Amino acid sequence: MIKEYIGLNEISGSLAVLDGVKNPGYEEVVEFSVAGGEKRKGRIIQIDGERVVVQVFEGTKGLSLKNTSVIPTGRPMELKLSEEILGRVFDGAGRPIDGLGEIYPEFSRDINGSAINPVSRIYPRNYISTGISSIDALSTLIRGQKLPIFSGYGMKHNELAVQIVRQAKITGASSDNFAVVFAAMGVKNDVADYFRRSFEESGVLSRVVMFLNLSDDPIIERTITPRCALTAAEYLAFDKGMHILVVMTDMSAYCEALREFSSSKGEIPGRKGYPGYLYSDLASLYERAGMIKGKEGSVTQIPILTMPNDDITHPVPDLTGYITEGQIVLDRSLDSVGIYPPVSILPSLSRLMKDGIGEGFTREDHAALANQLFSAYAKVQDAVSLASVIGEDELSDIDKKYLEFGKAFENRFIKQGAAENRSIEETLDLGWEILTLLPESELDRVSAELIEKYYKPALSRQK
Amino acid sequence: MSKNTIFGINGPVVTVADTKDFSMQEMVYVGNERLVGEVISIDDSLTTIQVYEVTTGLTPGEPVEGTGSAMSVTLGPGIIKNIYDGIQRPLRVLADKSGSFIERGSSAPGIDEHTLWDVTVTVKPGDKLGGGDIYATCPETESIIHKVMVPPNISGTVTFAASDGQYTVNSKILEITDESGRVHELTLCQKWPIRTPRPISSRLPCTVPLITGQRVIDTLMPIAKGGTAAIPGGFGTGKTMTQHQLAKWCDADIIVYVGCGERGNEMTQVLDEFGELIDPRTGRKLTDRTVLIANTSNMPVAAREASIYTGITLAEYYRDMGYAVAMMADSTSRWAEALREISGRLEEMPAEEGFPAYLPSRLAAFYERAGRVKTLSGNEGSVTVIGAVSPQGSDFSEPVTQNTKRFTRVFWALDKSLAYARHYPAINWTDSYSEYDGDLAAYYNENINPSFMEYRRSMLSLLHEESKLMEIVKLIGADVLPDDQRLVIDVARVIRVGFLQQNAYHKDDTYVPLEKQFLMMKTILHLYEKGKTLIAAGKPVSGISKSGILEKLIKMKYDIPNDKPEMFDEYISEIDSVINSLNLK
Repeated sequence: MIKEYIGLNEISGSLAVLDGVKNPGYEEVVEFSVAGGEKRKGRIIQIDGERVVVQVFEGTKGLSLKNTSVIPTGRPMELKLSEEILGRVFDGAGRPIDGLGEIYPEFSRDINGSAINPVSRIYPRNYISTGISSIDALSTLIRGQKLPIFSGYGMKHNELAVQIVRQAKITGASSDNFAVVFAAMGVKNDVADYFRRSFEESGVLSRVVMFLNLSDDPIIERTITPRCALTAAEYLAFDKGMHILVVMTDMSAYCEALREFSSSKGEIPGRKGYPGYLYSDLASLYERAGMIKGKEGSVTQIPILTMPNDDITHPVPDLTGYITEGQIVLDRSLDSVGIYPPVSILPSLSRLMKDGIGEGFTREDHAALANQLFSAYAKVQDAVSLASVIGEDELSDIDKKYLEFGKAFENRFIKQGAAENRSIEETLDLGWEILTLLPESELDRVSAELIEKYYKPALSRQK
Repeated sequence: MSKNTIFGINGPVVTVADTKDFSMQEMVYVGNERLVGEVISIDDSLTTIQVYEVTTGLTPGEPVEGTGSAMSVTLGPGIIKNIYDGIQRPLRVLADKSGSFIERGSSAPGIDEHTLWDVTVTVKPGDKLGGGDIYATCPETESIIHKVMVPPNISGTVTFAASDGQYTVNSKILEITDESGRVHELTLCQKWPIRTPRPISSRLPCTVPLITGQRVIDTLMPIAKGGTAAIPGGFGTGKTMTQHQLAKWCDADIIVYVGCGERGNEMTQVLDEFGELIDPRTGRKLTDRTVLIANTSNMPVAAREASIYTGITLAEYYRDMGYAVAMMADSTSRWAEALREISGRLEEMPAEEGFPAYLPSRLAAFYERAGRVKTLSGNEGSVTVIGAVSPQGSDFSEPVTQNTKRFTRVFWALDKSLAYARHYPAINWTDSYSEYDGDLAAYYNENINPSFMEYRRSMLSLLHEESKLMEIVKLIGADVLPDDQRLVIDVARVIRVGFLQQNAYHKDDTYVPLEKQFLMMKTILHLYEKGKTLIAAGKPVSGISKSGILEKLIKMKYDIPNDKPEMFDEYISEIDSVINSLNLK
C-alpha cells in the first residue's frame, strides 16, 4: 500500500520536515509532488519517531507547507544499471539528459555502495603509462589507484586530465574493455563541454559515461553525483570486467555542497565550517577505487580539486591527501611561465609507485633515477633561494650547476606538449640526459652500476 | 521486559525511547538484521546507541535487544595471523561468507570454533589458582606458544583438569571451585570488555629498549618496551611507512597492527608483504607474530572508534602471557575524528575544533594502557604503543597532536620538507625527542658500548650546530664560513645522508643491528675528531671533501654488510691515512 502524506511541517534551506510518517526507513528516497505537477526527490536523513527530516535534492524553492505531497518509495537511493549506460549522459542524480530515453536496467544498485573487504583487495602493482614524463617517472599512476590532481582556479588541470584519459595505456585493457566514467560537480557548462568534445575527438565518447551536475544545477544533488558515478564505475569494473578510469571534478565544489547541507541541518562544524565527518565522507568515495580478487576489472580514480587560494592545508586537499594514494600538485609559478603540465614535483607523490615500477614493470633504473631527480631538484630550490639573496654570480660552481639543471629539468623534462606522448624509455633516458648537467659526485641516490650503465653513456652522448 | 524498539536514527546513532532496560556501554543488537551497537548515553526519555554498521534502511519500530554485557572481545588461540575489523569480526571469514564487499549484519565468531589445538594442561586437580595463572599451553603459530590463563576475576581450587590432547576453543579444560563453592568451567577462551584495562600485578620501569633497526630511532630517539610514542606528520611524510618498518623489524614478540580509518590498499599491502617477509630473530614468517585490525576509512565510523580498544585489549591479553607486545595504531587522528563525529551527532557541546571536551581524557586513558608490567601470574610483559597522528593541515598545534604529545613520551615529528627531498625516514631531528634516553642509557652503555650515550650526545650536538649554521648558509652561502664550521657542516651532512637516511628497500639497510649503528656513529665521529686536528694545524679542511672520504662514509651503510662489523676498522684506518696525508701537505 502506498501512502501519500499531504503537506509539510517545516522547510529550512534544502531540508523539509514531515510529521506522522509511518515506518520511514533511514536514507529512504521519497518523492515530492509540488503544486500538482512537478516531481522532486528527497532522502530521509534523520528520524525521530514519526518525525522525519528530508533532504530535497532539487532544492526547496517553490515548496510551501500546503502545496506539497510526499510519497515514500521504500527504497534507498539507487542507480539503474546496464551496459547501455556507456556513451550516455546523465544528470547529477543519474537521470538521462541526452534525450535518448530511459535505461532498461539489468538491475538497480544502492549508490552508497559497500566497503570492499580488505582481504578481498588486490594490492595494485600494474603501472599505467600516461605518456607524461612528470607523472610516469616521478609519481607513477598505478591501476586501481586513486591519484588526485590538486590544482587552483585558472590552472590547466582539465587539460591534464584529458591528456591522461587520452594517453593512458592500462595493462590488460584494450579498446573494448576500457571505459571512462566522468563526474562533473559544480563545474561550468563550458568545462563540461570541453571534456565532452575532447572525449569525442579522441574517439572514446562511446565508452564514456557522464554524470553532470553543473554549477547552476541543484547543490544538494551534487552530494550524490560522485556516488552515482562510482556505482556505475563499480558495476562496469566488477560486474562487466572493464578497466575504468574515473575522473571527478571538482571535489572542492562537492565539499562545499556538503558544507552547505551540513550547516542547513544545524550540525556542529569542524574546520572552516566543513562538517566533522568530511573525512569519512570523502573516504566513502575515494576508497571505492581498487581491484578485487577474482574479478577482471579495476577502478582507477583521478579526482580533481581546486585549492582555494592555492592553499594545500585547506581542509579539502588536506583530507583528500590523507585518503588518496598520493597526489599530483600543480604549481602556479610554473604555469605562469608557460610550463605545461605545471606539475610541482616535490609535493607530488604516488604511494603505490614503489611496488609498480622497476624491473619487470618499467625499467630497473626507474626508482633510483626518480629518487635522484627528486633530491637534486630539492637542492635546486635551495640554490634558487640562495641566489635570490646573494645574486646568481656569487653562487658556488656547484650551485650554479644546480640552477642550470633546474632550468633544464623544468623546460625539457616537466614541459611537454598537450599531445606529446613519451614512452617510459624516452622519459627515463631524458632524465639521465638532464642529470648529466650535474657532476657524478653529486649523484648520491644511484648505485655505481646504474651510473656506469646510464649516466656515463648519456654523458658521452652529450659530448 | 517489554520489547524495546528503535525510535530515532541519525547516521550511526540510534535512539530508543522510554526504557530503563539498558546499561551504559552495554552491547546491543539493533534492528531485524541484528546490527551490533553499544549504549553510549542514557537519560529519562532516550537511550542512545552507536551502531557499528551502516544504518541505511533501518526503520523506527525495529527491535533493539540487549545482551547484558559490555562490548567485549573473545580472547583465545587463533587470534594471531588473523585480520579483524574494528569489533573483532574476522574479515577472511566474512569474505568467504558474503563476498568481496562487506555485507551488513554479517557476523562470525572472533576466533574459529572448529580448529583443534594441541593443548598441554599444566595444572592438576587440587592446585590452587588465582586470576591470571596459566593452566594450559598450546602452540598457536610456529613462533608463538599460547598460554591459557584463568580470567582475572576468578580464583579457587582445581577440581577437574582435562588430559593433554586436541581441543577446540570451547571445550572444557578446567573446573575451578572458588571459596564460596561456586564451580567455574574454563575453556581455552575468555571474554573481556574492550574499554576496561586488564588488571596487572604491578608496573615496572621502562628500562629495556624496543629495538627497531632504524638508526634515527634506536640511536637518537629510542623507545622503551612498554613505552608510548607518537608519530605526527602531514600526508605523504611517511607515517604509514614508518609504522610498517617498525611492525616488520622491531624486536617485540607480538605485533598488533591497527589500521584505523586508513586506506584499504595499505592493509592489503601489509597482508601481502608480511606473509612473505621472514622475522630475522625467529626465522619464521612475520605473519606468525602479527594480528591485524583493519577498519578502513570507508568502514563504519563507530567501529573505527572501537578498533583502537579492540587492539589494545588483544595486546594486553598477550602481555599477560609474558610477551613483549607492540601495538601500532594508524592513525589515532581518525579515531579522534570518529569521536568527534559521534559527539556531533549527540549534539554535545564541542571544545577545540569541534572535538569533544573529553578528547584529552580518552587519549590519556588509552596511552596509559601501555607499560612494562609484572603480570598477575608473576611474568614480565609489556605493551608498547606507537600511535600515528595525522594533523589537519600539517599543523602540529591542532588538538589531537597536542594532547597526544602530553601523554606520550616519544615524539617522532615527521617533516614535510625532508619528505619532499625524499629523506626517509623523515623524522625531524630537532623537533623530535625521546624522554626514555635517561632510562635506557644504562642498557645501551652496558649492552652495546660504554661510550654509546656519549657518542649519541656528540652527534646530536653536531646536528644542532649544523641547523644553526644553515641559517647563515642560507643567507650568505657556505663558502664564507670559517674552517671549523665548514667541518661541522661536512660531518653533519655525512650524519644526515649517511646515518639518518635509511633505505627501507635495501636488503641490509632496512634493518640495522645496534652494533653496526654504533660503529657507523663511531666512524663518523672519528672523522670529525681527526678533522679537528687539521684545523689545529692550520690546514684547510676543504681537502677532506676533495678526498672523497665523505662520500665513502655516506655509502658505508650499503657497502658494509650487517654481518661484517670488522670492515669498519678499514674505514677508520682510511680516515687516518687521508687526514695524515692532508696534514703533511
